Amino acid sequence: MSADAFEQRSLPAGIVGDAVKQVTRNVPRGEPPAWPANAELQVVGKDVPRMDALDKVTGRARYTFDVQLPRMLYARTLNSTVPHARIKSIDTSRAEKSPGVRAVHVLERLLMIAELRDPGDEASEPYPIVRFTGQPIAAVAATSARAAEAALELIRVEYEPIPHVTEFEDAIQSSSPPVFPGPTEQRATAGGGGAAQGLPQKGNLRGPSTGGSRGEIERGFKEADVVVEGEYRTQVQTHTPLEPHGIVADWRDEELTIYASTQHVMSVRDEAAEIFKLPKEKIRAISDYTGGGFGAKYGVGNYGTLAIHLSRKAGAPVRLVLDRREEHVSVGNRPSTLQRLKIGAKRDGSLTAIELHSFGTGGVAAGAGVGMCHHSMYPCPNVSIEHYDVFTNAGPCAAFRGPGQTQGIFALEQAIDAVAARLGIDPIAMRDKIDTRDADDVRARAAERRIGAEKFGWSRRRAPGSDAGPIKRGIGMAQSMWPYIVNSYTTCEIRIAGDGTVDAFCGTQDIGTGTRTVFAQVVAEELGLRAEDVRVHVGDSRFPPGPPSGGSRVTSSLTPAARNAAHAAARDIASRVAPLLKAPADELIFKKGHIERRGDSKTSLGFAEALRRAGIETLVHRADRRDDYEGYARKAGELNISPHAIGGVQFAEVCVDTQTGAVKVERMLAVHDCGRPINPKLVESQILGGVVQGVSYALYEDRRLDAATGVQLNANIDQYKIVGSRETPQIEVHLIELIGAQSSTDARGVAEPANVATAAAIANAFFNATGKRIYTLPMTPANVLAALRAE
Amino acid sequence: MSVATQHPPGREQLGTFSPEPQPLSLLINGEVRTALADPATTLVEFLRDALGLTGTKIGCDRGACSACTVWIDGEVAASCMTLALDVRERNITTIEGLSRAGELHPVQQAFIEHDALQCGFCTPGMVMSCAQLVNRNPDCTLDDVKTAISGHLCRCGTYPNIFKATLAAAAASRKGKTK
Ligand code: FES
Ligand code: FES
Repeated sequence: MSADAFEQRSLPAGIVGDAVKQVTRNVPRGEPPAWPANAELQVVGKDVPRMDALDKVTGRARYTFDVQLPRMLYARTLNSTVPHARIKSIDTSRAEKSPGVRAVHVLERLLMIAELRDPGDEASEPYPIVRFTGQPIAAVAATSARAAEAALELIRVEYEPIPHVTEFEDAIQSSSPPVFPGPTEQRATAGGGGAAQGLPQKGNLRGPSTGGSRGEIERGFKEADVVVEGEYRTQVQTHTPLEPHGIVADWRDEELTIYASTQHVMSVRDEAAEIFKLPKEKIRAISDYTGGGFGAKYGVGNYGTLAIHLSRKAGAPVRLVLDRREEHVSVGNRPSTLQRLKIGAKRDGSLTAIELHSFGTGGVAAGAGVGMCHHSMYPCPNVSIEHYDVFTNAGPCAAFRGPGQTQGIFALEQAIDAVAARLGIDPIAMRDKIDTRDADDVRARAAERRIGAEKFGWSRRRAPGSDAGPIKRGIGMAQSMWPYIVNSYTTCEIRIAGDGTVDAFCGTQDIGTGTRTVFAQVVAEELGLRAEDVRVHVGDSRFPPGPPSGGSRVTSSLTPAARNAAHAAARDIASRVAPLLKAPADELIFKKGHIERRGDSKTSLGFAEALRRAGIETLVHRADRRDDYEGYARKAGELNISPHAIGGVQFAEVCVDTQTGAVKVERMLAVHDCGRPINPKLVESQILGGVVQGVSYALYEDRRLDAATGVQLNANIDQYKIVGSRETPQIEVHLIELIGAQSSTDARGVAEPANVATAAAIANAFFNATGKRIYTLPMTPANVLAALRAE
Repeated sequence: MSVATQHPPGREQLGTFSPEPQPLSLLINGEVRTALADPATTLVEFLRDALGLTGTKIGCDRGACSACTVWIDGEVAASCMTLALDVRERNITTIEGLSRAGELHPVQQAFIEHDALQCGFCTPGMVMSCAQLVNRNPDCTLDDVKTAISGHLCRCGTYPNIFKATLAAAAASRKGKTK
């Protein structure tokens, strides 16, 4: 855009009720005027009930799992029973003749996993090499799920085993069997992920990646008055959405319709187009409702590829929904990590050196990083980062709510807490001292620490290990940070019919975050209507492009485009209605279902009546998400990363039984920012969810594999422990309203920041309770007792 | 709760059954519904696949998540752990039958008001357990609510709002009764 495409505007910025001041921004011409604080708006900033709540409480909401089409077939997948092997032969002939079977397909290529940089490193094989137990091999479509399952039993697979390794400690040894025979690359998906290209690889160790390193680490430690070191370990966590991954594929006459449980309908369409060499216009991906995703549901994946092949072969729609074991094993997880973290600080708390030597284990996938927090959260002149991905013969990792960062913050925020303890500085005062970049998240956290300390009763915090008896209580806090991301290619369309009906379209989806509702609120605000007057349409790849529901980026990307489209529609209507009201168009405002002259409520017409009398038939307005007013620090593909991040501060109170090793989280306080909260109630729900998942990660969840066979030992819900009602602590949420003066709505996301700090806050509370650090997750009795025994 | 006005044929009328699918009639939401089922068909499969009542979900298919909760004679049950043939002559209520003549159960209403749902996949099961609790014990406490849904999994973490919603529904139904 040329320079005259911008104009200088003075806009309010800051935390509402705390420190709002005027700033000057270069704003693209034609941007709507800045909104005032939420208190002065009609619909935005209000707790409008979730628009799809009625469908959900009555069972009417239709998930992919519920799609039933005429002649639809049911598919089941055949998965490898060994962790590492060449497949010498596959015989499907008996399965094909089994009663009810309509199609069988053997997978030619495996998605999600790392690929050899030089395919010549491996002799070419008729079938993909098996690299983990549970790897999908083939699938059968039949007239019933039971018939499909019976047919799977008839497929013969001949394996030629290759030595395997499932445990991190074994995989890093130079004598370990390699998971891949040569260096690999990992492609990114729409959900992010992927790994830096071209890194060295030796055996199962891929790396190091050193991004964020700077200064001279040795000098940093020399200048330090104290040095704190720790070795932090985090476990593999599986996403476990309550609705498993699933697809209904309907291929007819070279046109493909895909119903998908997904976080991004566009990625489903695009991946299918690539694999099946179809033009994108021939594919339609639909997702009315998705029963949870948390980072793992993008594209068509291996199971979707199988379902599409089967549909094409059988000439009928095919439904393939994973069972719970497949869901745990083969479609993603949060990688485990080992982080050796060493921090040097001066007596006053200022940091002189941060050294991180870390490993992440994403099974057969690379991209198991530990986030950007170590090098970017707190200013420090000397930083040394060395990270390695470690391959094992286990299911591939995928993005998972706050990928990398959740693991990284667990280590970093404990280390900062430890430095503070060594220096005798209060943990909050320590952060006040070091959390000083010039960015919105920093200003937000400063306010959040203050508010949180007050609300949580921080002043009553006692010295570590104060309780004399075996039951020890303590409180702790930790800080969150997650990039504020804006997705390119976000377009909203508003259609207004002559009878006053308003329809809003965007090819994003609502996976339970409340996207439909915030979309409607923003449009309603511009048109002076109620949210329920706006019919929102999402979850269809035929709509204008929309962002993936991942990376906490839907609200930040979608709402400015939605507002701009609705604003253009409103101005269009105003110009047509102006002659009727005998008032200049720019003095007409939209309020409470009426169009009226500003300051003169008598010169007014009802919305629908005004449209009718102006002779409007249909108005269509589209707007794209424009760049943030201050631009971006970085662009990576469709991701635009702001120099301002999203903050958040969480407080925890725990109770540790030092005899049994049982830990209970009794109370949490989560103080968060997400720019302008469009719907505080829904934001609160997101934060509650982030905290509950964080408690679950900290205390219970742990994927366990049998080293001899690679079989997951706890691949169902009764064995893989997740927080239930009994373990849910009392959780209080406090939200601040931060106006960044960056876009026409100034909204940001919150799903990830709400999850990132929880485990660290609990761990710091554990230290305050017991006087001992818990370096290993989850805080099971065994890990807790080991921590209590440690010197 | 409404009492069945008409019962499907009892066991004696069906006689012995073969492993092949045969017509099965169940009393569901006050109506006799008939479809083919073999003896291995679970109640949730019968509801979803045979009758298209897809409001009842499956999260684990082994009694561990309660997404499939329905009422059998007014008591909550996991329909994935119940064989369809075993509930002939019983009165089954699913999420589709909870609201009467378009009027939501107070628990459904409260779930909406308190945003006790996110992705919504666990919601039908949660609603069935919480509604049964409120019907049975309008004086229920927070602890009672926690117990009532202790077998349910919500991966989105809606528990705190479910507690609030259910207690609010109980309070509303107490008020409704004293009036
Ligand atoms: S599906 Fe029945 S308990 Fe999980
Ligand atoms: S709302 Fe998603 S599982 Fe409960």
